[in-house]
Amino acid sequence: MTNELKVPTMAEMMAEGKSPEVLFWVGCSGSFDDRAKRITKAFVRLLNQAGVEFAVLGTEESCTGDPAKRAGNEFLFQMQAMMNIEVLNAYDVRKIVTACPHCFNTIKNEYPGLGGSYEVVHHTQFLKSLLDDGRLTIEGGSFKGKKIVFHDPCYLGRANNIYEAPRDLIQKLDAELVEMKRSRANGLCCGAGGAQMFKDAEPGTKEINIERAEEALDLEPKIIAAACPFCNTMLTDGVKSKNREGDVKVMDVAELIANANDL
Amino acid sequence: MSYLDNIFFAVILALGIGYFAMNVRKLIRNIRLGRDIDRSDNPGERWTNMAMIALGQKKMVKRPISGILHIFVYVGFVVINIEVLEIIIDGLFGTHRILSFLGGFYDFLIAFFEILAVLVLVGVIAFLIRRNIIKIKRFIHSDLKGWPKSDANYILYMEIVLMALFLTMNAADYQLQFRGFPHYDQAGSFPVSSLIAPLFDGMSDNAVWVIERACWWLHIVGILIFLNYLYFSKHLHILLAFPNTYYANLNPKGKFNNLDSVTAEVKLMMDPSADPFAAPANADPNAVPEKFGAQDIQDLNWVQLLNAYTCTECGRCTSACPANITGKKLSPRKIMMDTRDRMEEVGKNIEANKGVFIPDNKTLLNDYITPEELWACTSCNACVEECPVNIDPLSIIMDMRRFLVMEQSAAPQSLNAMMTNVENNAAPWPYNQQDRLNWKNDN
Ligand code: SF4
Ligand code: SF4
Repeated sequence: MTNELKVPTMAEMMAEGKSPEVLFWVGCSGSFDDRAKRITKAFVRLLNQAGVEFAVLGTEESCTGDPAKRAGNEFLFQMQAMMNIEVLNAYDVRKIVTACPHCFNTIKNEYPGLGGSYEVVHHTQFLKSLLDDGRLTIEGGSFKGKKIVFHDPCYLGRANNIYEAPRDLIQKLDAELVEMKRSRANGLCCGAGGAQMFKDAEPGTKEINIERAEEALDLEPKIIAAACPFCNTMLTDGVKSKNREGDVKVMDVAELIANANDL
Repeated sequence: MSYLDNIFFAVILALGIGYFAMNVRKLIRNIRLGRDIDRSDNPGERWTNMAMIALGQKKMVKRPISGILHIFVYVGFVVINIEVLEIIIDGLFGTHRILSFLGGFYDFLIAFFEILAVLVLVGVIAFLIRRNIIKIKRFIHSDLKGWPKSDANYILYMEIVLMALFLTMNAADYQLQFRGFPHYDQAGSFPVSSLIAPLFDGMSDNAVWVIERACWWLHIVGILIFLNYLYFSKHLHILLAFPNTYYANLNPKGKFNNLDSVTAEVKLMMDPSADPFAAPANADPNAVPEKFGAQDIQDLNWVQLLNAYTCTECGRCTSACPANITGKKLSPRKIMMDTRDRMEEVGKNIEANKGVFIPDNKTLLNDYITPEELWACTSCNACVEECPVNIDPLSIIMDMRRFLVMEQSAAPQSLNAMMTNVENNAAPWPYNQQDRLNWKNDN
C-alpha cells in the first residue's frame, strides 16, 4: 500500500506555472466526514496510479450550496455559488471531477446560470474514461464472483441520467452484479437528499434508509456499492440497524477498484 | 315535424358545447393566475415529447397491466369519437350514416369501432375491479377520500353506459337495415352488434326503431354530458395531457431554477463597488417587491398550475415516493390535488367578486399543504419520473420551501443550524474551512 498521497492544490500548481488536466472537487463530505474521507483517498490513489495531473482547491473550496438550495435558501445558495465561481474562474478551471453526486449536479446544472460553466464529470465517469483510454487497469481478482448490488444515487441517476458508468466499473471486477427491483430510473432514494441528511425525518412508520437497506439485503449481497458519500452513510446505518455490518459491506465504487488494485 | 328533431339536436349541441367553452375560459383564466415562465424553447423536442408521452402513452406502459388496459380505453375512446362527427352531421341534417359513401372503408371503420368498444368495456371493467375489488393500494390511499374516489368510478360507469348505448344503437340499426325499414339503408359492418341484434327478433319494426332512436339520442347526449363533466373531474387529463407534456420541463431533473430576483440582490451584496441605493434605470416606483417562493397559487408559475389541472390522480408518484412509502404525510399526488382545489377556490372567489380576488385569509400553504409535508421531501425526483403526463410536483414543493425559509425563516431548527454552518464555515457541519485539506494527512 502506498502511503504517500500526491494531492497538489490549485495554488501550488499555479505557483509552478502549471495547470492541471482536471480539478478534483472534494466536497464537504469528502473533506470532513470520516467515512467519506476514505472514499476521497481511494479515489486519489487511483488518480495517482493513473498518473492524472489533478489538483484540489484545498482551503479555497467551500460548500457548493446544494443543501441550502434544496432546503429552500436560495440566497445562501447563490452566495456560495458565486464565491466558488469566482475562485474557479480565477484559476481558469475547465474540467471538474467530483465523487459527490450533489456537488456534481449543482456545479454542472446550476452554476452555469450564475456564470460558472465547466465540464463536470462524476468520479465513476472519470474512472471509466481512464479505463477506456488505457490509463488505468482493473485487477478483478479479489472480487471475482462476489455478489455486488449497486444503489443508484438520485442525483446521479434520475437527476442526470447516469446509470451505466458505475455499473460498467463493477462489471470489470468480474463480480456478480445484481439489481434491486427498484433500480436505475426507478431507484429508491436512500433518504438523505433534499437536505434530509441534516435533519430528523418527519413522523412516519419507518426510516427511508432502512427500507432501502432491506431491499438490498434481500438479495444477500456481499457488498452494497454506492457512488455517493451520503448514500454510503445512509446505507451503512441501514445495514447496521439490521445487524448485518459483519457480513455485508457498503463501499464506494472507487473503493472497490482501489481495493482490487491493492491500493 | 321532421325538422323539429334537427332543431332540437342543434339546440342541445349548442348548449353542450357552449357550456364547455365557458368552463374552458375559466380554466384558462385560472391557469393565467400563475407567474410567467418561458417555455417557448426547443419546439422540436417539445412536439416529440407530446407525441411520445401524451399521444403515444410511452410512460403509461412502464406499468404494463394498467398501461395496456389504459391504451384500450384511450384508443377506443378517441377513435370511436370519430363516429361522433357522423352523428353530428346526421343529427343536424336528418341523414342516416352520412359517411357510408366511403363504402368498404366505412364497413371497416364501423367494424373497427365495434371491436374497440368491446376492448374499452374490457379495460373499464378491469379498472373497476382494480379500484373496488382488488383495491390496489394507490387507489384506496387517503388522498382519495370523497369526491376524487367517486369521480374515478363515475367516469368508468359513464364509459360503460356510452359503449353499451353505442353497441345497442348499432344492433338496432343493423336489424332495421336487415328488415329494409325506410331510411335505414344498408351501411356498415357490425361484427359485435350483429351478435346482439337477435334480441330484437320478436319485436315490431317500430319498437326496434324506437330503441335505435333512443340509443342514438342518449349516446350523443351522454357524450355531451361527458364533455362537460371533464372540467369538474380528474378526466381533464384527456385534453390537458397534450399541452402539459408540451410545456413540461426539458432540463435535467436535478437542475432547479436559480431565482433571478435573488441573483440581483446577491450580486449587489458581493460587489463592494455597487451603490446599494442606486435604483435601476427602468425601475417601476410602484412595483411590489417580488415574493420569494410560493405561498399561494398566484406565486406558482402557469405550468405548475396547468400541471394541477392535468393531474389524473393515478397516484403513481405517491406510490414511488420514499417519504410516502415510509409513512410520512407527504404525498406528491396530494400536492397536485391541493393546488387544483385551491386554484378552483380562488377562481370562484374571483367570479363572486366581479373579476378581482378578494383575500380570503387562506393560502395554499398551511390551509392545504402543511410544512410537515414539505419538509419530508428528499427531492429524489421519483414522482417526476413516474408521472405518466410529466407533472412536476417537486417544483411546487421546492417553491413552497423557499417561501418558508426566505420569507418566514421557518425552517426546522436543525436545518437552520446547517445553514448557519454553511454561512460561517463554508460547510454544513461545524468544521473550519482551514481544515479542509486535513484528510490528506489523516490515517
Ligand atoms: S421528490 Fe419528494 S415528493 Fe417526489 S417522490 Fe421524492 S420525496 Fe416524494
Ligand atoms: S402527478 Fe402524475 S403520477 Fe401523480 S397522481 Fe398526478 S398524474 Fe398521477
